Amino acid sequence: MRAAWSFARQQLFENALPMIESIEYWLHTHFSPAWAGFLGWVLVGAVYLGIFAILGLVLVYVERKVAAFFQLRLGPMRVGPWGTTQTIADAIKLLLKEPVTPDKADRFLYNLAPFFVVTATLMALALTPFGKHLQAFDIDIGLFFLLAVSSVGVVGILLAGWASDNKYSLIGAMRSGAQIVSYELSVGLSLVTMLLLTESLQLSEIIESQQAGWWIFRGHVPAFVAFVLFVIAGTAETNRGPFDLPEAESELTAGFHTEYSGLKFAFFFLAEFVNMFMIAVVASTVFLGGWMPFHLGDWAAFNAVMDFIPGPLWFLGKVVFIMFLMMWFKWTFPRLRIDQLLTLEWKYLLPLNLANLVLMAFVVLMKWHL
Amino acid sequence: MKEQQPPLEEPPVVENPDGLRTEEYFVNMGPQHPSTHGVLQLVLTINGETIVNIEPHIGYIHRSIEKMCERDTYRQIVHLTDRMDYLSCHMNNEAVCLAVEKALEVEVPERAKVVRTILSELTRLASHQLWWGVMGMDLGAITTFLYGFRDREMINDIFEETCGARLTMNYIAPGGLMYDIHPNFQRRTKAFVEHFKKKLPEYDRLLSDNIIFRKRTEGIGILSKEDAIAFGVTGPTARASGFSCDVRKKQPYSAYDRVDFEEILLEAGDSFARYKARILEMWESLKIIEQLIDNIPEGEHQVKTRQVIKLPKGEFYQRVETARGEFGVYIISDGKKSPYRLKFRSPGFSNLFVLNHLAKGAKIADLVAIMSTLDLVMPDIDR
Repeated sequence: MRAAWSFARQQLFENALPMIESIEYWLHTHFSPAWAGFLGWVLVGAVYLGIFAILGLVLVYVERKVAAFFQLRLGPMRVGPWGTTQTIADAIKLLLKEPVTPDKADRFLYNLAPFFVVTATLMALALTPFGKHLQAFDIDIGLFFLLAVSSVGVVGILLAGWASDNKYSLIGAMRSGAQIVSYELSVGLSLVTMLLLTESLQLSEIIESQQAGWWIFRGHVPAFVAFVLFVIAGTAETNRGPFDLPEAESELTAGFHTEYSGLKFAFFFLAEFVNMFMIAVVASTVFLGGWMPFHLGDWAAFNAVMDFIPGPLWFLGKVVFIMFLMMWFKWTFPRLRIDQLLTLEWKYLLPLNLANLVLMAFVVLMKWHL
Repeated sequence: MKEQQPPLEEPPVVENPDGLRTEEYFVNMGPQHPSTHGVLQLVLTINGETIVNIEPHIGYIHRSIEKMCERDTYRQIVHLTDRMDYLSCHMNNEAVCLAVEKALEVEVPERAKVVRTILSELTRLASHQLWWGVMGMDLGAITTFLYGFRDREMINDIFEETCGARLTMNYIAPGGLMYDIHPNFQRRTKAFVEHFKKKLPEYDRLLSDNIIFRKRTEGIGILSKEDAIAFGVTGPTARASGFSCDVRKKQPYSAYDRVDFEEILLEAGDSFARYKARILEMWESLKIIEQLIDNIPEGEHQVKTRQVIKLPKGEFYQRVETARGEFGVYIISDGKKSPYRLKFRSPGFSNLFVLNHLAKGAKIADLVAIMSTLDLVMPDIDR
């Protein structure tokens, strides 16, 4: 048992490179190089699709439980122990439901919209650095790619609202467009602020640069301000409460996905949760050191204990912490109004972000972060 | 083959100051919509997100209760009133009973009077708790709904023990109460008051002091005192505009003349004032219950009345203060066992039709906020 644990620990948690290399070696010895490369990517794709589905299911369950505990109730309890298989039952129900298309909807765009949203989310997910070398797609413009890809999702939402031929959906889609385009600025600017410290766009290098300490601790005040701004803007970008105006259940019934049912609705639903996960991934990568353990100066014993906890667990722990924050917002705050939402971004967050960027440049210039 | 619908008349073209050409459009809000709280249909004319006109359509839950009253005996009428404003059922029961007692010139025992007052205030608390929860939910803070229900549950349990029902009570009968209170009544009510005194500040911490909530309600949907009077608005909605209209003060009934409480009067008249008025009213209700709960006089719980009540010829009117405002019962009797004509003056009806006046020019999100501060209960409006 202990041997198995230490083997798994070594292979998966500490250094995934040998395992990945052995899989590649096996592929190359059994297939021609072209096929081996292709099958390798198919394998990665399958794994990430699995991660997407599992993440969606787990996060829906977690969200419901967190919401329940905020609301003095228990949440799903009946299906499986502690209701753990409730979301699987829900997923099966959604699969079996009739996918209704409204009569006057633009059929092609209506059916295309959910795929836009899901594809954008999946492309972003491919960059997730779960641990050292546990990353499918580690390109040198990683952060830029993430921002670019995650803003494609809004096209899907706009299409969904337009093609549904429903006035509520259209209002929801227009709100979503205004909201995501505005908050993209804050997300981008708070990351640009951090780029002055990380000096790289590649996610793995950003994490490596935090070897001596997480940026949120070493980056002084501007890093912390950037973190807060990023979490706020990120919450807005995922259309979650208190910024859930595109859905706004009590105003627009369900906003842009009012007309969707069955699996197509599930796509929007899962994409929202995985988007939340991606925001948490970026926050934990850039600000909280990704899979880096927490170290305290010269406390060797403490640091050794922290090192013992595997990297992927550190990473997931940080991600869960930020997602919990976002759930906390959602289940506590009332919703903003559309003009207040835009005022918040353009009159408060954006100027603050710009000032913060200048401050960070000053910090870097004075080399206080080293 | 789909039948081609004739085109509607062209929507008006709006010339905006920045030269942008836009068209107004119609949206049907309801009768099935999460925040119309029942089957209210609002036909909205919207320009972008700004509301140009609101046309409330009611009648989806009309059950002709007033007509049914002409068929029923006075004892039967009482239970119909439960089905109107189901959140103020004790008060509605009381209004009919008071009208009948007034006509019969019957003096109700002190015990029944005090218990009626306590029940009315508990009902008011339960109604305001539910309203508070729903108000938060309309603004997107879903958690408040469960908090409101947690405390309302205790009141419902007290009612269940008292009269066996949780929603449609039918407990107050002409001449007093249907039967005496449960031995646990005082103990449980006191426990509730203790519990809720601790929980009410939590309501403020969770919602009232939230900056987003303040921004969403302050200065939105202002109702002036003159308009409140002109539209016939009553209850906390009118008192938030400074219109003193509390029937409990103006024409005290039951035990309201001997308890010390304040009529909540606010000046602002905006959504937040209407919200605050209800929160403050909950404190006053607690105060009334505290004064009465230890002083329920011993004695009979009802006076003997005839099995089939026949009112003398004439017209009788009685009004009470329900959780939503002034509820009136107007009976025209021709001396038979059922009324010749009976009219209910429901507070929700007048309160609903101030909506267009308040929400014109506001955003869709504001409309939802304003509507929930009016605290509409559709069965009360349609009857």
